[in-house]
Amino acid sequence: MSNAHSVAAADAALLHGVEAHDEHHHDDGSKTTLGFWIYLMSDCILFAAVFAAFAVLRGQTAGGPDAKELFSLPYVAGETAFLLVSSFTYGMAMIAAEKQKQSATLRWLGVTLLLGLGFMFMELHEFAELIGEGAGPDRSAFLSSFFTLVGTHGLHVLSGMVWMVTLIAHVLRRGLTHANIVRLTCLSLFWHFLDIVWIGVFTIVYLSGVAA
Amino acid sequence: MFGKLTLEAIPYHEPIIMGAVAMMVLGGAALFAGITFFRLWGPLWSKWLTSVDHKNIGIMYIILALVMLLRGFADAVMMRTQQAMASTGAAGPLPPEHFDQIFTAHGVIMIFFMAMPFMVGLMNIVVPLQIGARDVAFPYLNNLSFWLTASGALLINISLAVGEFARTGWLAYPPLSELQYSPGVGVDYYLWALQISGVGTLLAGVNMITTILKMRAPGMTLMRMPIFTWTTLCSNMLIVAAFPILTATLAMLSLDRYLGMHFFTNDGGGNAMMYVNLIWAWGHPEVYILVLPAFGIFSEVISTFSSKKLFGYTSMVYATVCITVLSFIVWLHHFFTMGAGANVNAFFGISTMIISIPTGAKIFNWLFTMYRGRVQFTVPVLWTLGFMVTFVIGGMTGVLMAVPAADFVLHNSLFLIAHFHNVIIGGVLFGYLAGFTYWFPKAFGFKLNETLGKVSFWCWLVGFYLAFMPLYALGLMGMTRRMNHVDNVVWHNYLLVAALGAAVIACGIGAFVLQILVSVLNRKALRDLTGDPWNGRTLEWATSSPPAFYNFAVDPVVTSRDAFWEQKQTTGAGLQPLPAYGKIHMPHNTGTGVILGGFIAVLGFALIWHIWWLAVAAFAAAVAVGIGHTFNENRDYYVPSETVAETEGKYFKQLTSQV
Repeated sequence: MSNAHSVAAADAALLHGVEAHDEHHHDDGSKTTLGFWIYLMSDCILFAAVFAAFAVLRGQTAGGPDAKELFSLPYVAGETAFLLVSSFTYGMAMIAAEKQKQSATLRWLGVTLLLGLGFMFMELHEFAELIGEGAGPDRSAFLSSFFTLVGTHGLHVLSGMVWMVTLIAHVLRRGLTHANIVRLTCLSLFWHFLDIVWIGVFTIVYLSGVAA
Repeated sequence: MFGKLTLEAIPYHEPIIMGAVAMMVLGGAALFAGITFFRLWGPLWSKWLTSVDHKNIGIMYIILALVMLLRGFADAVMMRTQQAMASTGAAGPLPPEHFDQIFTAHGVIMIFFMAMPFMVGLMNIVVPLQIGARDVAFPYLNNLSFWLTASGALLINISLAVGEFARTGWLAYPPLSELQYSPGVGVDYYLWALQISGVGTLLAGVNMITTILKMRAPGMTLMRMPIFTWTTLCSNMLIVAAFPILTATLAMLSLDRYLGMHFFTNDGGGNAMMYVNLIWAWGHPEVYILVLPAFGIFSEVISTFSSKKLFGYTSMVYATVCITVLSFIVWLHHFFTMGAGANVNAFFGISTMIISIPTGAKIFNWLFTMYRGRVQFTVPVLWTLGFMVTFVIGGMTGVLMAVPAADFVLHNSLFLIAHFHNVIIGGVLFGYLAGFTYWFPKAFGFKLNETLGKVSFWCWLVGFYLAFMPLYALGLMGMTRRMNHVDNVVWHNYLLVAALGAAVIACGIGAFVLQILVSVLNRKALRDLTGDPWNGRTLEWATSSPPAFYNFAVDPVVTSRDAFWEQKQTTGAGLQPLPAYGKIHMPHNTGTGVILGGFIAVLGFALIWHIWWLAVAAFAAAVAVGIGHTFNENRDYYVPSETVAETEGKYFKQLTSQV
């Protein structure tokens, strides 16, 4: 981070000349990052509410299939692998960005995007199969809460990917400026956060569902 | 092509609704014509709608709140009239399906589109000034938050003319709000209006917390912040922690209604009580989101007009934080009758009663602040005194209902209605009106007419007691809430008194509107040139009124609580001219917020009426505008030091010319 800060300082000095007395009102990125953290905490509570709904409704299968009959752990392990590795590659992108290596940053972002696509593809495939088997979200309260929880996470991943494409365009256009590093940092927080939420989904929905 | 939308959606056969719609359309047309005639579209767009100045955004929030107050109050008058006329067996003027929409709209409007924008508006105007900042942390986001709130309000108002509003009560409990029992678009209006404005509120919360934590003037430690800033901080933390639950809950109900899911349905394993739990896990903190800033306003008002520092500052802060935490562990007291068992009910009953301790501590702090102070009986002080008496009564009936055994008798009765109006009108509304009067000169540069302010206060106070004390009695007699008509002569007289109370409150609102008009006409006589009309204590009074768009030409340095008061004591005067000024970094206005808000409103409307192509188009447009905005690099600029010197010079010239 110290690297990012020195870059930030140099950047600010170049852009605005010497304005030391005015530092108080400038966003050195720390306001944006704090604001984004606060937003993430609120997102965390959104997921908590959906998790709570799943916990209440998981046994309400209304005579339909339950978790044990529907889920395949090896398949979910594949999805998990995509997402966890994508977190790692995003970390590599951030390291490259902080070293001001633009092409390496873009490469790692591209890999992350592909891994995210892989995850989304597997998830949509799973959804399509379930719906095809007659186990869609309107089948039972259990399946409603399952599709909503996993789908909410999926929608987050999807918007993270749209955001990533936008940031790739930003970096191509302006390079690794201070503003773009702050943006990449926020997306980094978001992407790792989704990883953590997925570990919750994997454990509570799939592992304990199949084991129960 | 138009989904469920046909011409039959307009309720031609309802004369009352069509009358209201005609008034809205005429008013809108008159406003449109006026703006066009006076060629005000340009300035309106560039100075207000696209403004990122927290003071302008705050004023727009409060205008929205006051307009919605009138609409919500019209609903209240209709309810009181209906119940007074239909309590001896007559049907009354309102058919049940219309009456049900009215009580739903009244609650939704008053909480989400009156109280919330009023609160966010006051915070917006005051908090950056109180902490010595030039703006909020994210000025563009602030503008967007306002427009999302306005979009929600727009949808609610459209529901009057096109289609219908929910008939479910303000929290839309399932299974009544499920498709099976509410097949119309009313609940969908409810869901999307709240979802959109809720996102706006959440973003405003993130913005305000970041502003307070990151942008305080040098020297202003947390324990030197003005109390209103403290209560704003706590209230916004509650927003960030509670509003996501509302978003998730409403989303689940939407999924039930749109995709046939079974979260809260009677069949398929759904659980309606889960909705009630979730919505109150948001709803109870919401009560404190509204009332904490009001507590902050009373603290500022009572300290300023007693010319004393606040008694027990530290205990006030701790009491605020205690209430913030406790507000999350009391939600079940809204439905003791669910039957969760004696132990669960006892836990929530006791935690509810515990909240009265920090609240009581606050009341004593205000009393001791006045003790041996030189209390000036200005309009804000009258609101504060009215609050203290009224709120204590409301608090005590609340503690009474916190006893689960008593609640089983009083649940859903008019006693409950009387209780929460007692604390919301007596606490929240009185507080916001006190704040409105107190900070009005800061926002506009002239004071409000004192006499009409007092008339308004007394009408509100007397009207409140006339309107709601009978409801306590009726509740104890067994009258339940939301009744369209009854046949009970004994209740009839009480309902007449309550209707009379509503009429007296109407006089209070009339006096309030008149007060604003008269003050605007007399603004020269009421002008405040000093920027410090009340001999204030906190930093917002250390600027001109209205403040320059950059607020402070130089960062104030804070060395104690009541920073401006200290400065006046040590230097004997307020702001002093400086030999030279530096340039100031400020954000540009942007039209993205209003455009985005417009697309989101269209998206909401399309989703309500199942016009899918329009929903997809509006969503795509909103995403494109949002992403497009990130490519706008020309976001800020420097105000040259000459401009700063000129603006400041004008202010000091004003000051000396007055002397």
